[in-house]
Amino acid sequence: MQWEIVIGLEVHAQLSTSSKIFSGASTAFGAEPNTQADAVSLALPGVLPVLNKGAVERAIKFGLAAGAHIAPRSIFARKNYFYPDLPKGYQISQFDQPVVGCGQLTIQVPSTGSGRTDEKVVRITRAHLEEDAGKSLHEDFHGMTGIDLNRAGTPLLEIVSEPDMRSAAEAVAYAKSLHALVRWIGICDGNMQEGSFRCDANVSVHKPGTPLGTRREVKNLNSFRFLEQAINYEARWQIETLENGGTIQQATVLFDPDKGETRVMRTKEEAHDYRYFPDPDLLPLEISEEWKERVRATLPELPQARQARYVSEFCLPAYDAGLLTASREMADFFEASLNETPGQAKTCANWLIGEVSAQLNRDGLDMAQCPITPQQLGGMLKRIADGTISSAGAKEVFRALWAEGGEADAIIEAKGLKQVSDSGAIEALVDEIIAANADKVAEYRSGKDKLFGFFAGLAMKASKGKANPAQLSEILKRKLAG
Amino acid sequence: MSLSIDDVKKVAQLARLAVTEQEAQTAHAQLSGIFGLIEEMRAVDTSGIEPMSHAQDVVQRLREDKVTEGNQREMFQQIAPQVESGLYLVPKVIE
Repeated sequence: MQWEIVIGLEVHAQLSTSSKIFSGASTAFGAEPNTQADAVSLALPGVLPVLNKGAVERAIKFGLAAGAHIAPRSIFARKNYFYPDLPKGYQISQFDQPVVGCGQLTIQVPSTGSGRTDEKVVRITRAHLEEDAGKSLHEDFHGMTGIDLNRAGTPLLEIVSEPDMRSAAEAVAYAKSLHALVRWIGICDGNMQEGSFRCDANVSVHKPGTPLGTRREVKNLNSFRFLEQAINYEARWQIETLENGGTIQQATVLFDPDKGETRVMRTKEEAHDYRYFPDPDLLPLEISEEWKERVRATLPELPQARQARYVSEFCLPAYDAGLLTASREMADFFEASLNETPGQAKTCANWLIGEVSAQLNRDGLDMAQCPITPQQLGGMLKRIADGTISSAGAKEVFRALWAEGGEADAIIEAKGLKQVSDSGAIEALVDEIIAANADKVAEYRSGKDKLFGFFAGLAMKASKGKANPAQLSEILKRKLAG
Repeated sequence: MSLSIDDVKKVAQLARLAVTEQEAQTAHAQLSGIFGLIEEMRAVDTSGIEPMSHAQDVVQRLREDKVTEGNQREMFQQIAPQVESGLYLVPKVIE
């Protein structure tokens, strides 16, 4: 029987507040060390935490977007452990009464080979608010460790999933979906290089129908690629270990991207005993129905709702609608382009999913950095729709728009890309070709249908590629028939 | 529920407190006294009463999300035993 891989993810999303979760120090990234470490971040004696309303609001937003229960009352707890970048000796987190309860996320998993996706629902167990720790620098400080507490106290939302994923691909699809969602609702900038979105993966293997295996937790994966590699390596390692008669010990492991392997950080015996207890410095957090509804009113239309609308309103295939709603920037771009050329949803979708995405990829840009505007793209699509340019001509217009900017109409004019749709001109051109190739015409008429392409090629060439292809084909067919 | 001397030593270790055998004995006696008190309270019928997480029945007040603290690094670092390049230096720790 095949092994089944079981994966649950814990994601730390850094909330996009300007100040820290329990103090008024700035959270801006990249500042000089400790210039944003105020008395609370440093845990100086006598300081008290005061909860940031903006952080709570973002947690509510997430809960609503994930269709989750928002706790009317939640509790902050102390998670106790010793490390120099945690100067209080405990992290303020939430334990048995988190702000966000059970929810779910619908994800699109690429099905192998088909270029399509399968829908899957991943349950979210909970999401809780907590503070980030500082940063330890182990480089050369005369054998000492340097501590930067700028990051200490940065608000995080830890989002915990149920062990619902069965492959690295599913885990990546979930992480990407979650990443898109937190950015979509504007609670996290999603910058993975800067650590704004970090994943821990709980991985175990078992034979279906038997109890779940012992899990090992892979910590701190800060890219989707590492997430995928780490899970694949870890699952393979566990399967090999079990097949060789070994057993899996519960452990926390680190992924080494250079070696592409995981190694043990600590085992269950060495595991921390965090001794959680309610933080007496913080009172229970109450969220009223009224506050919840006020936050709900600020939520944008969510990706899934938009996807459904694109299918029902624009008759797009679900696959296209899924790709268009992969990020809010993409979806907004699509709608703004479509505004320029209503009724051309499918063409618009094809260009965005095709040329635009491919070009962004080649240039290493994301949608927010796209050099052309929806108005520019829409202007071009309009000219495809009204027959002014052929699809070959459109590609040329697109290249020019991308490289030099400008407007589609001016480029069409300057490059002489206007299609010939004047039937008189096309007929004259076809007549000439027929006259010059009498022998081939005879062959065609005696049943060699394949020659049609030969004539079409000649005619298109004679028009310098500008003839309206549909029209050309129609005239050619008629004239060749004699 | 009774507390063993080993429990006391474990808690001390978790709290990074060095305790002598004598201190452990003293702490054991004191903590056992507290446990006795807790046992007594557990005898009270609290069914139907919502547990409290705080001694006062009030709720958390929230701050507006505004940056109110500027850079006071120089002042804070005056009391630090050792600093360099803006960092606080501590004995080397690598997990």
